[in-house]
Amino acid sequence: MGVSSKLGNLGVVTTTVEQAVNWARTGAMWPLLFGLACCAIEYMSSQASSYDLSRFGMELNRATPRQADLLIVSGRLTRKMAPVVRQLYDQMAEPKWVISMGDCASCGGVYNNYAIVQGVDEIIPVDVYIAGCPPRPEQLLHGILTLHEKVRGERIADWA
Amino acid sequence: MAVAEQTQSIEEQRRWEGSLDQLRGLVSERAITGETMLLNMGPHHPSTHGVLRLLLELDGEQIVSCLPDIGFLHTGIEKSVEDKSYEKAVPLTDRMDYLSPMSNNMAFSAAVEKLLDLDVPERGQIIRIVCLELARCASHLVWLGTHAIDMGAMSVLLYAFRERERILGMFEMLSGQRMMSSYIRPGGVWRDVPDDFLPTIKQFLNDFPAKVDDYEALLTKNPIWKDRAQGVGVIEPDVALAYGLTGPALRGSGVNWDLRKAQPYSGYETYDFNVPLGEHGDVYDRYLIRIHEFRESMKILNQAVARLETVQGPYRSENNKYCPPLRSELGQSMEAVIHHFKLWTYGYDAPDDEIYNAIESPRGEIGCYIHGTGANKPRRVHFKTPSFIHISALPVVAKGYLLADMVAIIGSVDIVLGDCDR
Repeated sequence: MGVSSKLGNLGVVTTTVEQAVNWARTGAMWPLLFGLACCAIEYMSSQASSYDLSRFGMELNRATPRQADLLIVSGRLTRKMAPVVRQLYDQMAEPKWVISMGDCASCGGVYNNYAIVQGVDEIIPVDVYIAGCPPRPEQLLHGILTLHEKVRGERIADWA
Repeated sequence: MAVAEQTQSIEEQRRWEGSLDQLRGLVSERAITGETMLLNMGPHHPSTHGVLRLLLELDGEQIVSCLPDIGFLHTGIEKSVEDKSYEKAVPLTDRMDYLSPMSNNMAFSAAVEKLLDLDVPERGQIIRIVCLELARCASHLVWLGTHAIDMGAMSVLLYAFRERERILGMFEMLSGQRMMSSYIRPGGVWRDVPDDFLPTIKQFLNDFPAKVDDYEALLTKNPIWKDRAQGVGVIEPDVALAYGLTGPALRGSGVNWDLRKAQPYSGYETYDFNVPLGEHGDVYDRYLIRIHEFRESMKILNQAVARLETVQGPYRSENNKYCPPLRSELGQSMEAVIHHFKLWTYGYDAPDDEIYNAIESPRGEIGCYIHGTGANKPRRVHFKTPSFIHISALPVVAKGYLLADMVAIIGSVDIVLGDCDR
């Protein structure tokens, strides 16, 4: 199975740098330890016993953006918080990805009012949107796997 | 292009935040001259339980003063509720204190019932008690896990969330949603408990006490835990009363005040349970109180589940001006169709009057003030939330302790920023 089935008699695997790097990037995508509101609690559930994000190499939450690859914006983004999130995003090293978790982060959700930024994509680029208020942990896992698919399809020309 | 413009305004805002002169009067003069150090904690910090920002003034490692900066999660929920009919406002209240949405539903629903003078049938009250106590356990489980992680015990979170998933499973069974259930509504609850709910909760009540013992085995006599918790963050009873603390933060200081006993609602006076009290008012006492509250909640739940089996009848008020008629009636009664249509398009009128009603949430007293207009929308709704009050007491509690104790203190008063900022 896996690599061993592709090994010929020579013990050599041929692949492209592109594929190897993208495979490595999806295998250990460290998220930023960062939560905003209700969705952060479901994010914690995904980390904990029943759903166990470590299956995807994501158990290591980094508290500093300098060491994180993935920003999961979990919850409603207020106008007061927006500059902070932008700063966190700016501090992350390339390559970096963003998941917008939940309705509030994706489009403002039920809060169409003076306090809430109507979608986090107004201030930072987003790779994957997850619907739900809050999304179930399974939905978050699906979002993460969708992001992995996207990363596996990235071309060398796109690497910054 | 839009992103570039946004970035520029963000740069301006950063400069505005950096001005030291604006802090004059808020921190001591020693901080302005540079003798003591100013340290920002948050709004992005793993141990502030959300998006709280604290400006700490440090003398070495000792906290000289502490300035909480809140509002990073201000959602305008109170204002949004003014534009909704009473029934439709319930889902918004879910999202204030997102660790125990049932308590928020209950605070709002009980206030609306008081405004309308609406009675809840006995079965509805029992279901409410089951929900509220399950919510208390679920909320305390998150608190236990995160508080332990803050203090360096990593594994407790995994055990606590294991049990929490079972409670969320029961909420999903009741309402179709794991967290934001909107299950408790003015006049009763959304629907009766499904058939498989009772066996599930009985199994849970059978298993859970042993799990609480497991948590205690990990922490209560753990010397590292005791060193970090005992004698730290002491709140004197008079300070607790002066700042208006409620819930475990108040009872940890030995003040016997629990709204379930002091101003019973939903039939709490008919249940047999104790209110655990602390002696020293430190982080360790507040921890013990919440552990004991697990056991007291189990007591209440056992009694409530027994009643749920015997007491039958309606689970929400049968006054169809305020509560929707049963779906089975819609095909037979024209009146039921009219009531149904009126309720979901317009709602109902509430008197031009103001009321305040408070209940005991896992964090403390959550109160709801409603000013009706005589029409279907309120003029003003205000929530008195425990986290806001507890954050106001942080400066006086934290003074003199070490920087590392700050996370223990924040964890022990159990704040939720969604509850504070709303």
